Amino acid sequence: MPVFSDPANFDMYVSGFMWILKMTGASAVLALVLGVLLAAMRVSPVPVLRWFGAAWVNIFRNTPLTLIIFFCYFGLYATLSISLSDDIDLNNFWLGVIGLSVYTAAFVCEALRSGINTVPAGQAEAARAIGLTFSQTLRIVVLPQAARAVIAPLGSVLIALCKNTTIVGTIGLLEASNIMKQLINDNGDQVILIFLVFAGTFAAVLIPVGYLFGWLANRLAVKR
Amino acid sequence: MVASNASQEPLIVLDKVNKFFGDLHVLRDVDLSVGRGEVVVVIGPSGSGKSTLCRAINRLETINSGQITFDGNTLPAEGRALARLRSDVGMVFQSFNLFAHKTILQNVTLGPIKVRKEKPEEARKRGLALLERVGIANQADKYPAQLSGGQQQRAAIARALAMQPKAMLFDEPTSALDPEMVGEVLDVMTSLARDGMTMVVVTHEMGFARHAANRVVFMADGQLVEQAEPGEFFANPRSDRAKDFLSKILTH
Repeated sequence: MPVFSDPANFDMYVSGFMWILKMTGASAVLALVLGVLLAAMRVSPVPVLRWFGAAWVNIFRNTPLTLIIFFCYFGLYATLSISLSDDIDLNNFWLGVIGLSVYTAAFVCEALRSGINTVPAGQAEAARAIGLTFSQTLRIVVLPQAARAVIAPLGSVLIALCKNTTIVGTIGLLEASNIMKQLINDNGDQVILIFLVFAGTFAAVLIPVGYLFGWLANRLAVKR
Repeated sequence: MVASNASQEPLIVLDKVNKFFGDLHVLRDVDLSVGRGEVVVVIGPSGSGKSTLCRAINRLETINSGQITFDGNTLPAEGRALARLRSDVGMVFQSFNLFAHKTILQNVTLGPIKVRKEKPEEARKRGLALLERVGIANQADKYPAQLSGGQQQRAAIARALAMQPKAMLFDEPTSALDPEMVGEVLDVMTSLARDGMTMVVVTHEMGFARHAANRVVFMADGQLVEQAEPGEFFANPRSDRAKDFLSKILTH
């Protein structure tokens, strides 16, 4: 592999995927937190919260991620001058994480909401009957069961998120896809090899993730 | 209300309660009062509103008009006040509704720990004692799906008792059970009744109504048709609806 035997190229390859990993990690945590809150809003008895949750999902789920990432860069940063770091790479990284999180949270919310629908109504009734409040019922009884029901779909959301992080390359972050483009430009004779190595790296990480989530889904399934 | 006559005051009072499901009038001007320590068994044909009546008492069903008071207070509409009221009213469901992701012991201790803020160790001790009382202490660490229906229902009774409720509501507690498990649940309920628990029981178990109830209430078409002591009711039903109902179920 002549391209990757050059240490400079290899370092670029590693740093590209490090950005991918960091963006996936940070966005996954934020999207999960946001998604849980949104799902709670969507099933809450307060109309304003339900409306807010529905509006969030409808807006961000139906807007192309590229547009959201562009908005984060041109809207938040260039126009509103919201700067998240003095380091240009870190700034783009966080702008990307914001875009990825608000977008992915919509999918996490909908996955959880479908999970809530798998929890029999009697579970929440029994929880209310012993005096748990609405939020306790949701946190202690409904969401834990809903989450176990949607582990596999959440795995798919995580995999999609990981691949989606490459879109942050469009605002200049040197993540894996940008690095790949650069290596291809510099090594026009090894296009196929470069492509296969990058695609293969994604597959090598994500295929086990898919199986891990499938295994977890079985293991943690609630028996009824 | 003066404290000294609190014990004479009925614990549960329904006053002209009406409830609609869409066009369906499921409760029609229902008046009912349940005294402290009294065991009231509600019987009647399917769709007569028995379950709705039972569920309205802890506001799992809202009502459209009328008033329900529990222990001298009108049922709160929602929020923490309603949660507090519900913690004083034990409820046992037809389908058990044990928390599927928690062990039997966790099911029993959840309310005391989260609602009553008891120390986990204390709640655990009381929980085990309650499981002992309903005869399933050896199942404490299993999950609901691993237990038989009868065991699950007894666990559900223990869960309700763990809150030290002022009254217990039973919504057809044996209807989902295999016949051979009905007895073990009724035994627990009978011993509760004997210990002086205030109980409202919706059931088709006429044997239980006969020997454990202080009063039988017969409902049909959303109306409370008649009420009497069980001996009197089963021997001399006054209304035609009750006569008809009893003739259908007691001939076999």
